[in-house]
Amino acid sequence: MSSARATSSPPPLIELQGVTKVYGHGQAAMVALHGIDFRIGRGEFVAVMGPSGSGKSTCMNILGCLDTPTGGRFLFEGVDVGRLTRDQRALLRRHYLGFVFQGFNLLNRTSALENVELPLIYRGIPARPRHHAARRALAAVGLSDWERHSPGELSGGQQQRVAIARAIVTRPAVLLADEPTGNLDSARSVEIMELLTAFNRDQDITILMVTHDPEMAAYAGRQIHFRDGRILADADGKERQ
Amino acid sequence: MLWETILLSLRAIRRNALRSSLTVLGIVIGVAAVITLVTLGSGATAKVTADIAAMGSNMLQVRPGQVFGGPGGARLSTVPFESADAVAIAREIPGLRAVAPVSSRSAQAIYGNSNWATTATGSTNAYLEVRDWPLAMGRPFTDGEVRAGQAVCILGHTVHRELFSGDDPLGATIRLGKIAFKVVGVLAAKGLSSFGTDQDDVVLIPLRTLQRRITGRTDVGTIMVSAADGDSTAKVQADLTRLMRERRRIGLDQEDDFTVRDMQEIVATLTGTTRVLTALLGAVAAVSLLVGGIGIMNIMLVSVTERTREIGTRLAIGALERDVLLQFMVEAVVLASLGGLCGIALGLAGAALGTRLLDVPFVFSPGIVAAAFLFSGAVGVIFGFFPARQAARLDPIEALRHE
Ligand SMILES: Nc1ncnc2c1ncn2[C@@H]1O[C@H](COP(=O)(O)OP(=O)(O)OP(=O)(O)O)[C@@H](O)[C@H]1O
Ligand SMILES: [Mg+2]
Repeated sequence: MSSARATSSPPPLIELQGVTKVYGHGQAAMVALHGIDFRIGRGEFVAVMGPSGSGKSTCMNILGCLDTPTGGRFLFEGVDVGRLTRDQRALLRRHYLGFVFQGFNLLNRTSALENVELPLIYRGIPARPRHHAARRALAAVGLSDWERHSPGELSGGQQQRVAIARAIVTRPAVLLADEPTGNLDSARSVEIMELLTAFNRDQDITILMVTHDPEMAAYAGRQIHFRDGRILADADGKERQ
Repeated sequence: MLWETILLSLRAIRRNALRSSLTVLGIVIGVAAVITLVTLGSGATAKVTADIAAMGSNMLQVRPGQVFGGPGGARLSTVPFESADAVAIAREIPGLRAVAPVSSRSAQAIYGNSNWATTATGSTNAYLEVRDWPLAMGRPFTDGEVRAGQAVCILGHTVHRELFSGDDPLGATIRLGKIAFKVVGVLAAKGLSSFGTDQDDVVLIPLRTLQRRITGRTDVGTIMVSAADGDSTAKVQADLTRLMRERRRIGLDQEDDFTVRDMQEIVATLTGTTRVLTALLGAVAAVSLLVGGIGIMNIMLVSVTERTREIGTRLAIGALERDVLLQFMVEAVVLASLGGLCGIALGLAGAALGTRLLDVPFVFSPGIVAAAFLFSGAVGVIFGFFPARQAARLDPIEALRHE
């Protein structure tokens, strides 16, 4: 990687270089990622697939700047995230990333609307445009009539859609979604996928989505397959095996 | 952002209404105690001061004998005063408004079928002036009556009520023991003294009449002196001491065998006592505020543990360490301040009730209310900081995985 090339072409949006992740120490050490390398360019829509326990969520947490790799480097727009401070990583999350957690992680006893507004509060958006944006995001996932309901009063699928609304309300540069359709019926899943596709296409939002469902993965332009903490295959949709 | 955070914390507090109210109970009780005690204390001080002012605050009393151990202490018997002492004081000491020789003896007052045990106080018209005591009806004694020691009397308000049940007593004849007295006047009501005795339970007669007809002695119990307005009672006290030492021929190496008491000194002593009491009670209340603060810290720590996933979510979504710190600090401060407000309301209500029960004036002191409020807020800051820092330092991924 010569310096001439680094300056001439812009760095990829996301680049993982030999990323490893080890949980625990010594005897109890458990290697979740064995050196992952990939690049993701701006505007890509990537499906991450693989069996349970293969390290998909671990990788997503690292990409979401929530966790740090044990070894290797994670570059975000050429910046080594491992060198950033805690607060700098928080600001990166605040301004560039949207995250749909595998377990939703909505705030209890807080209305759907307020949950969706939360990332906008931390971005310092004033109340009026904030409400407006949150309503629009809820409408986009088909929950206009459920604004006032708290997570406890919503079904699993509805909670998942609130979580999606919360992730897209800020129009992040990168949307990281860990099984965003895991709790939805196929009709709903298709709606969500079309929503994400539209986001990816119209607003140039880069999407990484973990899914077990090949039909959902088919919406993505590229699929990365994990197995036992390694990348088994990485191909764009047209030429997948 | 701060306003959002305050609203957020109010919502969190309302969500756990019962637990929040139990948490701040310590603060509520502490603040209420401070407010009630301090208000009652200032009321008592105000009452004592007002009572003594009513008694004549520029009044001095000279009595024979030395008092040991403060008012009501042991008294050595010595040579009594005589009327001549009062005359000499009036003549020799400048800057006096009035000088009244006073002697008292308990007596049975009788009018018709009514019978009342009271005190016969012998003095001159100067007594009315020293005690700043107007007449409700009738007239004071004439010089002739005083000089000749005639059997005339001025009734205290209580005696008037008991003997005449409110009827016009002027010109009537009552008996004190075996002697008949003509009523020439009635004193205005003065109420209870600060020591709790009824000042209106008295029959005032000329000193000479008391000496000749009732006690049969020429003693004078006390000489009451009233300094002219604006004159220092300390100077009058020094003059009195010097004059009496001279008259009683007390050698340079001898102790006084009489006592000069300055009412202003007594005021100072009494208000000093209530002030010390107020301070002590305030300290006790401050300790309860401290305990309340520890209660807040405890609950905030529980709350942080309980809401670990929420904190993780917030951090994951883009909250900075200081955003979380602020959120929990604000929650603690809002909680403590709400407790403070409740405590202030409760304390003022308690003080209103207490002042009514104790019959002291309600003295509202904005200073102590403001201080209590600020103090409860400060308790929130101090005891909220540690739990809030605990929350802010959580690792987002660990927090999200928390069960
Ligand atoms: N906090 C942790 N401590 C220890 N081991 C962990 C931890 N998190 C994940 N692991 C291990 O790392 C491996 C990868 O887990 P990961 O959650 O990334 O799997 P996944 O691909 O997301 O699976 P799934 O499809 O079931 O969500 C698993 O074997 C898991 O047991
Ligand atoms: Mg997973």
